[in-house]
Amino acid sequence: MAGGEEEDQNGRDNMVIDGYELETPELWQGKTIPDGFNANYLKVYYGKLFPLADIFKWMSYGNDGKHPACDPSYFGRREFSFTLDNDIYLRFQSFNNASELENSIREKCPFKIDIGPVYSVDPAKRHAYAQSGDNVFTPVERELIFDIDMTDYDDVRYCCSGADVCLNCWPLMTIAIKVIDIALRDDFGFKHILWVYSGRRGVHCWVCDVKARRLSNEQRAAIADYFRLYKGNENNHKKVSLMGPALHPFLVRSYTEVLKDFFEKKLLSVQNLLSTEERYEKILEMIPDESITSELRGKWQNNRRSSSAKEDINVVRWEQLKHLLQSGKQKAQGLRRCVEEIVFSFTYPRLDMEVSKHMNHLLKAPFCIHPKTGRICVPIDPNHCEEFNPTTVPTLCKLLEELNDSGLRPDVDREWDETSLGESIRLFRSSFLQPLLKSCKEEMENSYNVKLQQSKNTLSW
Amino acid sequence: MEIVRSQRKSSPSNAGVVTSLPLYRSAPPLEVRLEDFELFATDRLRVLKGISDGLSRGKKPDEMERLVSDLWKANMRHPLTSEVVNKDIISHFVLRLVYCRTEDLRKWFLSMETSLFRYRFRFENPEAQRALMSEFDLPYRVVNNAEFEIMKEKLGQVARSIVQPLPTADAIFYKVPFEEVPELVAGRKVFLNKGHAYVAMNQVVSLVATQFRSQLSKALILTNRKWTSTIREQEKDRLAPIVEALCTSYLGPDYSQPREFAEISLKDIDQIVKSSFPLCMRHLFEKLREDHHLKHGGRMQLGLFLKGVGLKLGGCTCILESRVLEKENISLSPLYLYRHTHHSILSLVGAERFDKEYSYSIRHNYGREGKRTDYTPYSCQKIISSTPGVGDHHGCPYRHFSEENLRAALGKMGVNSRATEDVMDKVRNRHYQLACTLTFEALHESSCDAGINHPNQYFTDSQKMLQLKNKSPA
Ligand SMILES: [Zn+2]
Repeated sequence: MAGGEEEDQNGRDNMVIDGYELETPELWQGKTIPDGFNANYLKVYYGKLFPLADIFKWMSYGNDGKHPACDPSYFGRREFSFTLDNDIYLRFQSFNNASELENSIREKCPFKIDIGPVYSVDPAKRHAYAQSGDNVFTPVERELIFDIDMTDYDDVRYCCSGADVCLNCWPLMTIAIKVIDIALRDDFGFKHILWVYSGRRGVHCWVCDVKARRLSNEQRAAIADYFRLYKGNENNHKKVSLMGPALHPFLVRSYTEVLKDFFEKKLLSVQNLLSTEERYEKILEMIPDESITSELRGKWQNNRRSSSAKEDINVVRWEQLKHLLQSGKQKAQGLRRCVEEIVFSFTYPRLDMEVSKHMNHLLKAPFCIHPKTGRICVPIDPNHCEEFNPTTVPTLCKLLEELNDSGLRPDVDREWDETSLGESIRLFRSSFLQPLLKSCKEEMENSYNVKLQQSKNTLSW
Repeated sequence: MEIVRSQRKSSPSNAGVVTSLPLYRSAPPLEVRLEDFELFATDRLRVLKGISDGLSRGKKPDEMERLVSDLWKANMRHPLTSEVVNKDIISHFVLRLVYCRTEDLRKWFLSMETSLFRYRFRFENPEAQRALMSEFDLPYRVVNNAEFEIMKEKLGQVARSIVQPLPTADAIFYKVPFEEVPELVAGRKVFLNKGHAYVAMNQVVSLVATQFRSQLSKALILTNRKWTSTIREQEKDRLAPIVEALCTSYLGPDYSQPREFAEISLKDIDQIVKSSFPLCMRHLFEKLREDHHLKHGGRMQLGLFLKGVGLKLGGCTCILESRVLEKENISLSPLYLYRHTHHSILSLVGAERFDKEYSYSIRHNYGREGKRTDYTPYSCQKIISSTPGVGDHHGCPYRHFSEENLRAALGKMGVNSRATEDVMDKVRNRHYQLACTLTFEALHESSCDAGINHPNQYFTDSQKMLQLKNKSPA
């Protein structure tokens, strides 16, 4: 079946160079790689660039070592799922070691690889266990994951809509990364957090601490709810309501450390949030005081003369709005809260709650390639996420060109080093994988010692 | 009560504090009379089912508090004050046996008992609450003064954000892993720092409930082991049948005796099927009419329902007979059928087949033959948990129909599209009885607060409502 598809693919795609073979990239020398995304490019990518050994190391969480506390079945109980060409979807794939995973990826050349939970038993053999009755096939570990997608922000960005992103709306993702990342570390105490560009219009987050991997669905839902600000219908993000006489410290910190600055110094101007009547009306709608809104409307409707050309009209109007709402002691507390509500509405992260709440949700593996954009799902450094630029993320074609230009090197092991993927892989290793494996090793050592101690105790009884 | 109280190693600070809320740490070495065994358990089950119903109807916390208090008062009384606590403990342990046996049963019991515990804990006064806290021997540290000073501002912020008084210097906070208090985390009702939640004294119910839940969860697994390894076999003639029957037992009013509106003449039956039969019975009735035949499961479900509705043996046989006759192309007026003894009809259709297929089933329903048990009409729960096979028409349509078929059936009943969506929503969340309740409410254009628990209840409630409508001018 796989062979048949490949033929089909070759026949259909006339961009493929005849007689092309995996081992001879020099065929392209001097030519540019034809744009696009196809199975043959992917084959080269999986063969030479995709950091499969790193993914295996990560997903093993130290269980691939020689320590007596290692669980050799651990990696083999992890669900992978492959989306093949023609949208064929293979779920419940499992592999006992890195080479099984590698062989399967090379053979099937999946357009997308998703990672699921670690199950109680090998997911590929789940049917064999189904007979025995008592629910033995069940997820036992899963990273805590978050999925943030730009399409959920369409009502607060005017530059693009739907699947498109640009540098004017990307700050919304930067905000989300900052707010969530700080809370995961400071509030929840997690340390091993991986942020990944989804390849097109959003970001994914993997929280990999052992504590996070063992959270129950109820606990996951609690964390997701902690981050939730938009009440009511989950499909309706528009209404932010900050109730109560004060904000929770998490919201206060998010506001003062991230949201306020991004809103006032960035989004207000780049999104032109107050520049036209249609746009400022949307914000005035959020102010429940008739006299204030009409006063502002009066100022804004014919103020072309009053504001100097140098000043950004959005900033000027925002200052006027703030001034009216926050000054004046006669104003009720609720009106002061209005400024915050507007800022939260236009900046606060919008999570896909369901993804985070359940252990058995699948999420696209880092370093996959988005089939529509050809961009690699590269890690994002949360400490420097302002610098991340989705429009310059390496594409499959670019990488293959770089590979081509670098020529054949004797050591095929580190070919990625020569390409623009190198930086991403180095970041993945240094800021995520190495610290993670170090703490996995320590935890393994600790739990083993505790067990030893316990067995000694029982012996002496 | 002696048993439980003597286990408590009260610390000096709370000596003498009396709480009536037991923690059910170990089974009471009490002599329990067999009748009490079942009776107490049934009473407690009414409380738990009431809670389950309240939760699935989405009642708010304060409504739930009232509901639990009422349920407890209504069901868990005992004429002897000294026996009240015993009843509490015994009923809990009996239900542990009943609900330890499968994963689903354990899950349900665990969450209902925890809810019950949570509300009862809140009814206790602060001293009793503290006493209970120390019972649990919680491994959590009380936040000391130095730490409190550092965190004071944030703790105050949280308190204000949830409209609670500001913590004073002597306020007690517990520092616990955030995983232990998911509901407080979800509502942003606690301050979180580096994985720890700072839980105020008036929030400890969450902590205690989590502890209660995890202890009960472990205990249920042990009980299950004991049940499968010894108890089931040892008690196979005495307790085991009671235990097995209890979890499917129906707790509403007894519908085995015909109700007062049961004067149904055969000629009215079609109208009544339309107006007052729940979907499951309506479907069976229609299938019987179409096919002139029902398989055993369907005959039992419909037959017992009709019996509860009040069709006497003769009358009930007549309906079935008239269907059989239709198939044989023999038409007789219903009145004729009704008045004649069935011997004469039997001779028309072939006594042998009739006897085998219908008459026996009906007599069986009425307890005249077979095991001599007077079968009672099936409750919703029993119907929902049945497993209809190919060619069967019994079961609960909300559970056993495909979405498409269910939509069609609801449409045919006259449920409007908005109500249909509400019903389908309940179905998707597996609240089949609520789905039926919503159908009832849509068709009768009035609310049914008690919810539908029994097809015969559906019938009587419907009849009541129709009679009321007929009396009062529109
Ligand atoms: Zn944009």
